[in-house]
Order: sequence, then C-alpha cells, then structure tokens
Amino acid sequence: MVFEILSYGFMQKALVSGIAVAIICSFIGTFLVLRRYSLFGDGISHVAFGGISLGLFLGVFPLWSAFIVSVLGGLGLQKLRSSTKISGDAAVAVVLVSGLAVGVILISVSGGFSVDLFSFLFGSILLISIQDTVLIVSISAGIVGVLLVLQKQFLYISFNEEQAKVAGLNVTLLNYLFVVLAAVTVVTSMRLVGILLISALIVIPNITAMLYGKGFKKTVGISISMSVFSTVMGILLSYVFNLAPSGLIVMIAVALLLGTLGCRSLGLISNVKIREPSKISHNS
Amino acid sequence: MNGTVLQVQNLTISYGNHIAVDDISFDVQDGDLLGIVGPNGSGKTTTFRAILGLQPYGGKISMFGYGPDKFKSLIPLVGYVPQKIIFEPNFPATVHDIVSMGIIHEKKITKGMDLLKQNNCYLNRVQNTNGATTLDDTPNTVGPDCKNRTRSCTGCTTPDDALKTVDLEHLRDRRIGELSAGEQQRVFIAQSLIKNPLMMILDEPVTSADVESQTKFYSIMKKLSESGITIVWSSHDLDAIERYASRVACMNRKLFFHGKKEQFFSDEKLLKTYTESAMQVHMHRHGH
Repeated sequence: MVFEILSYGFMQKALVSGIAVAIICSFIGTFLVLRRYSLFGDGISHVAFGGISLGLFLGVFPLWSAFIVSVLGGLGLQKLRSSTKISGDAAVAVVLVSGLAVGVILISVSGGFSVDLFSFLFGSILLISIQDTVLIVSISAGIVGVLLVLQKQFLYISFNEEQAKVAGLNVTLLNYLFVVLAAVTVVTSMRLVGILLISALIVIPNITAMLYGKGFKKTVGISISMSVFSTVMGILLSYVFNLAPSGLIVMIAVALLLGTLGCRSLGLISNVKIREPSKISHNS
Repeated sequence: MNGTVLQVQNLTISYGNHIAVDDISFDVQDGDLLGIVGPNGSGKTTTFRAILGLQPYGGKISMFGYGPDKFKSLIPLVGYVPQKIIFEPNFPATVHDIVSMGIIHEKKITKGMDLLKQNNCYLNRVQNTNGATTLDDTPNTVGPDCKNRTRSCTGCTTPDDALKTVDLEHLRDRRIGELSAGEQQRVFIAQSLIKNPLMMILDEPVTSADVESQTKFYSIMKKLSESGITIVWSSHDLDAIERYASRVACMNRKLFFHGKKEQFFSDEKLLKTYTESAMQVHMHRHGH
C-alpha cells in the first residue's frame, strides 16, 4: 500500500515538500516559542493572506506578493515591539488583524473568494508542482543553513536579550534577520497546512519536545522528528482516507502532544521539576 | 590601586519628568571591590545599565580609559550578572549551554583586549590622558603590564573550569530552569567568568537566594576579588558590604558617599540617614 502511494508523482512532491516545511517550521518554531512569540506564525500568516489577496487583485503570482508583504509585516512587528511599549503578543494581534482586514477589503474589491484563495487558506500540498517543490526545498535549505550558523546567537537572544547585548551581539540586527527568516518560513509553509493552521506546525511539535526536558540540540531534534512524523503520516493517511492533509497533520501533532503528556503523567518520561520563572526587576 | 578602570562623571538619567539618577560621579580603581548601597529605586540598576550601554544617559562614562565610542569593544570584557533574569521556565538549555554563551562572541573579546594592549596597558592610558579617547604612546610606568595581565582569572577559560570556580560542576547537564535562584545566579557568574572579565558588575546578586547560597556566593566573590578582578557590586546587606567591600558608594538617586568603607561605617550620621531612607522606601512600597 505504502509503495503504491509513493509511486505517484504528486505524493512524492507532497512528501518531499512536506518534510522540508516540517523541518523549517519546527526549527524556527523553537526560537519563537522560547521568545514567547508563539503566535508570530499566526500573525504573519494573516499578513500573508493580505499579500495573497494583493497578488490576486494585481494579477501577480500571489506567493511572491505574500513573501514581500509578510517580510514587511514581520519587520513592522519587530519595530512595533522594540520601539514602543506594546508587548509582543499585543504587537502580533495588531499586525494580524491589519493583514486580515487588508485581505478582506482586497477580496471584496476583486469579487469574492476564489479556488486559489481557498488553497492558501487550507493548504494544498497534494496539488503542488515540481517548480513549487524545488522552490520550497531550496528556500528551506537556505533557512536551515542560516539557522545552523546562527543557532547559538539566536538561542542567546531568546534566553536574554540584554545579556546577549553585553556579550557583544548585535541584537537589533539579529532580531530583524530572525523575523525575516520566520516570515519567509511561514509563507513557504502555507502550501502545506494553509494560513489558518500554520502556527500549529510551528508551536505544537516544540511544546511536545520541551516536555522531554532535554538540552537545546536534543529538543530541536525531537521537535523536528515529531513535525516530520506528523507531516508524513498526515499526507499518507489523507490519501488512504481521502481527508484534508492539513487537518490530519495538525491532529497527529496534537495527538503526539497528548501522548507525551500522558506518558509524563504515567512516569514514562522523567517529570522534570521546573521552578517558577524569575523576573528582572529594574527597580533601582 | 594602580589606575582607574571605570569613571562616571555627572551621570544623570531620567524617565520623562522622573529623575532616576541625579548627577552622580564616582570611579572604580583596578582591583577594587566597590560595594554600592542604596534603597530600592535608588538608581543602582539604572546606573549599571547606563555603564553597560543598555540605557541612555547624560554625563560622561569612561571605561579602561576609553569613552563610549569604544564601548562596543570593551563591554564584552565586562562580566554582568543582573539581579534576576527572566526566561522561559522550560528553556531547553543545560547549565553547560548557558555558561558557554559567555564567549559567544570571542572575536569581540579579542578585539577589546587588543584595544587595551595597544599602549601596553589601559591603566597607563587613564593615568596619562585622564579618560580621553585619543591614543597615548607613552610607555607604561604605573599600572601592571597588560601583556602579562591580559586575563585576570587564569584557568577560567572553559565552561567546566568556570563551573568548578562557582562549585556547580555537578549540575553541568541539568536544565537551567531546574536550578534554584541561588544556583542560577552562580551559573550566570560562571557565564561571566568564562571570558576572564577584567571587571564584573554584580547587581544585587543574592536578593532571592537562601542563606546557604548567599554564603557560597560571598566566598566566590571574595575568591574572584583576590584573583585580581575588579568588582562593582550592589547590595542592601550592610554587614556583607562591611565584610567584603574595599570601597563603598552610597546612593539614593544622588550620591551621598564614595570612599573607603572604614570612613563610611565610622560615620554614624551617614549610616543613620541611609538606614532611615531605606526603611522609608521599604514602608512606602509595602503600603505602611
């Protein structure tokens, strides 16, 4: 059965693209979760919705307009967070609704929802072309390369930005680079699970991996494994049961999270004692 | 005391209409263990943040004889341990990972050391140029030779060595979130030590530590001071300041005293003023 599924060209493209996207989502998601920026993916994907609507409205390839608008949205979000007193989650909310509002306006001007738009909203991994696959794999390789080179720097600024500044890191530049990488990741991943479910692939495998109580490298490894497993199983089962792959991928990721929580409560995974978070108090 | 490591002149910091630090001046000499006392809200942390380039300020700060234009290269030579650090409690980094972060930018540390070596020794620059940022070509005659004193904490160059210094080598593979507040502070000290800092800034490091952790911390700080590291340390604990500091600065937005600790602790009027002021702030904050 599996060999039969793998013999189809569309399944091969879906699996290759899906694995690439699963890797970048969980890798970049590790830093997003650690920075308490879990909803960044959701915010940027809604901005991407505005970008796609703009592309459809202007008659240009919507993925390119989504890339440009999402990167600008990510940079705007970072600027909003760093130069105002608006907190990270509130900044995400502002950018999210703005992107969505622009998208809704442009759609109404263009005459309503189309098949193209639905494929971006809910994912269409089984319909992607060989060119899409090459593009997704190339972008993913680039993102993984940058993350591997700068993982220690990103980990340090995720841990504590001020300490990282004192250590000599250019935190501002790294932050902007990071949001660009995250925005590109979100847009690249839209074809897999769609705008509405992208944040699940970024957040859930990382939450699951952190429950294992390991160091950074092992946590990233576990997260990527979980993400790839969910994606591959989701795509295969979608063919078998003729269900939407995006929904299955996310539900398998959720099942892995619940399974891990169950194993922890049964004592099958060491239950790590985590103390209450401490706070910097600049009270003097 | 051979030279000035840090010089703060007329430092003023305000947030809108609120003046957090009001025209304070003090210096830190090579090998000093300067204890800064002051009630909560007196501007100690704000002063440290200004020194480290994390806070805009008015006035003049020079470090190792250089002005702020060279701080990008010099601040990585300073070890900074903040009062407390907020981080994701599930943060997937071991104690070893956290300590290793201390030398994440080795090039910057080398660049800073090269800058100091340019004229034999930074101490010579300070004494000859009084904090000016221009180069001084005169030979070093006063301070120790930087070529022989490039690193003040010999032996603390690996995460394991640094952890040994703070007596935490047995916790190297534990996740940072699993440690107590006192243990976490010692990890952050180790993170500073790994780069062999020329100066350490410790901001109320034992505030949330238990008595045992406090005792351990003070013994580590004493050891570091004896090894030649210049330390600037803020605390509310007057007993500890009296026991360990070589000099004292007392501030409450303004600087009330800066000098030898014997002088501070023999001035009963000053001590009384400090204690009353600290008590008033405490009562105000707790709604009494």
